[in-house]
Amino acid sequence: MSFPRIGAIDCDVHPAVPGMRALLPYLDDHWREQVTVRGIDGLDSSSFPLNAPANCRPDWRVNGAKPGSSLDLLRAHALNPFGTKAAICNCLYGATGTFNADFAAALSRAINDWLAAEWLGREPRLCASIVVPIQDPELAVAEIERRVPDKRFVQVLVPAAIEAPLGRRMYWPIYAAAEKHALPLCIHAGSTFRHATTSNGWPSYYLEDYVVMSHAVQAQLLSLVAEGVFTKFPNLTVVLAEAGFTWLPQFMWRQVKTWRAMRAEIPWVDRAPAEIIRENVRFTLQPTDAPPEPDQLAQTIDMIGTDRALLFSTDYPHWQFDGDDALPAGLDASLVRKLLLDNPLDTYPRLKETVA
Amino acid sequence: MSQSLLDRAAQRPARLGVIDCDVHHALRSPKDIHPYLSRKWRDHLATYGSRRPVPFIGSSPYFKSAPALSRKDTWPPDGGPPGSDLKFLQEQLLDRYGIETGMLHLLSISGMDQRNQEFGAALCRAINEWQYAEWTQHDRRLKAAIVVPGEDAPAAVREIEHWAGNKDFAQVSMVTHTIEPLGRRRYWPIYEAAAAHNLPIGLHTSGYNGHAVTPTGWSSYYAEEHHEVAISQQALVTSLVCEGVLARNPTLRVVLVEAGVAWVAPLCWRLDQHWRRMRDEVPYLDRPPSTYIKTQMWFTTQPMDEPEKPEHLSKMLDWVGWDRLLFATDYPHWDFDDPETAIKIPLTEQQRRMLFRDNARAAYNLD
Repeated sequence: MSFPRIGAIDCDVHPAVPGMRALLPYLDDHWREQVTVRGIDGLDSSSFPLNAPANCRPDWRVNGAKPGSSLDLLRAHALNPFGTKAAICNCLYGATGTFNADFAAALSRAINDWLAAEWLGREPRLCASIVVPIQDPELAVAEIERRVPDKRFVQVLVPAAIEAPLGRRMYWPIYAAAEKHALPLCIHAGSTFRHATTSNGWPSYYLEDYVVMSHAVQAQLLSLVAEGVFTKFPNLTVVLAEAGFTWLPQFMWRQVKTWRAMRAEIPWVDRAPAEIIRENVRFTLQPTDAPPEPDQLAQTIDMIGTDRALLFSTDYPHWQFDGDDALPAGLDASLVRKLLLDNPLDTYPRLKETVA
Repeated sequence: MSQSLLDRAAQRPARLGVIDCDVHHALRSPKDIHPYLSRKWRDHLATYGSRRPVPFIGSSPYFKSAPALSRKDTWPPDGGPPGSDLKFLQEQLLDRYGIETGMLHLLSISGMDQRNQEFGAALCRAINEWQYAEWTQHDRRLKAAIVVPGEDAPAAVREIEHWAGNKDFAQVSMVTHTIEPLGRRRYWPIYEAAAAHNLPIGLHTSGYNGHAVTPTGWSSYYAEEHHEVAISQQALVTSLVCEGVLARNPTLRVVLVEAGVAWVAPLCWRLDQHWRRMRDEVPYLDRPPSTYIKTQMWFTTQPMDEPEKPEHLSKMLDWVGWDRLLFATDYPHWDFDDPETAIKIPLTEQQRRMLFRDNARAAYNLD
């Protein structure tokens, strides 16, 4: 289908930090000196090797520039072709990967300031996720609070694989802050390499690391539900980004079956997990991991059991589709409208204020 | 109530003869294994015990839902834990449901994930001797798996060669939580030996490797871990396919046990989509990953997925492929699937035959 130009909201684009030099003006004196004296640089996430085919569409690669590092190209490749009204910047530079939590906090602050000045400040269609030092929940909350006045920051961003499952109580102050300020929590594909990328150890190939990333977000979803995060924070919305969604029907079947058998162990989970997921959890569209036939995709979405789950994304500059085929075949017109527009507005209250 | 539930009796598969691809026998007591261990390893076991990378000596790290993981009614009247009394297992499972073949998977003691690998190898040999002498020789319906010390490939190959040709053993079994993903090169000699002897590899969810149970650390609850082990099996399939184990051994057959089955279809879609972009990294895969899965792998159904709408399951199993499905009860465990009631969707006669019997005959090369 031709792409409907109804002012789509793109819920996952990736501006790239060109290098540490770009962040120097946004670091405090101490960290600017540390970074300079010690030559700290190169913190692009190992989850996204820059030259791997998945991580930049061939016709979006330009002159050896780091994919995603140019605002003009992002406009030309991701915003203009789809008539995009708003796009959410998820910056994947490695603040969450450092072992030093203070440095993580300084880097997160710098990345957010850099995004605000050099991307959001120059392109009104862009908004952003708050990068937080997930290594230290207290510092993460401080960064959220610092960003709250800037309405262009619409959610909190964390990588899918970190030190501990996100349901653990040590992370709850982050959810309290997010819920209070109506900021969804975006769990985005990517690992901080604290644990092997599979529970069976380290795979050999990047293809495997990419495929099993959906397992990390499934683990997070299991944890958030089982630990009672949605019971404690019923208004928290979680967005799972760049990790597929066609696995969701089976995931919910299994999760509900296990909950029925084992709910005495987690009595605070007071309704079926599938109900919680349909109510509180959203998924970005790309990669679709679509079945071979379009009608199978429609049937898979029917199995998910809600038309509110999907949020449009291009995943720019990652290579998930060619040309302007950002929408997989098999979606009917009313669902297309929902995922392009209604669902993002419903998910992001701050977007509603600024865009609608 | 759906029609499929009302028709349960009509679906009774007992007439057919069922092949149950996951039956758990057990030691009555750890001492049962002593006659099959040398003096040296008996002393070792008595002194140092079974040492695996887990916090507790006498308990799973995740406390299960029931003692011995089992249905209350499966504790044998004459003592011993569930699965330890052949006569009672015959009555309660094999005779009761008309099981023509039961595939044994021993979980109550394990050699492959012993930290002392030399002891692990001795333990595997002892377990295999015990299975042969005390189980398969006493009931021809039961088939054992050759348990191997898979972290030490040469020792595992020796174990396979020791038993190959013995029809009491239908497959080679390894734990699934391994030190490295099972597709890695250190395990390749095991697959070559299994393929050479026309034995499938049976991978029952089990074992400890010291890795966190998720890629993001340790879950708190069994309610999570019970689901995580199935996710871990998806990573295992990803490894076996992407690292080329299936492509390099085109006659190798692999059976995944106790991970459920409905996830196979979406995993295939995801693998194929990303392989198309990054196939230059895995050039030996000259066909989409799903084609290897759909010709060389089988999946046991238990615990059977249960959607809110049964017709969703029918559709999903169509997408997985009916020729990939093997029925399993998981007797005597708490999440046992009853052959008469576990499949809550209408089956055609052909689907029934494939699921309950014919696919297993193909996967295990049974006469």
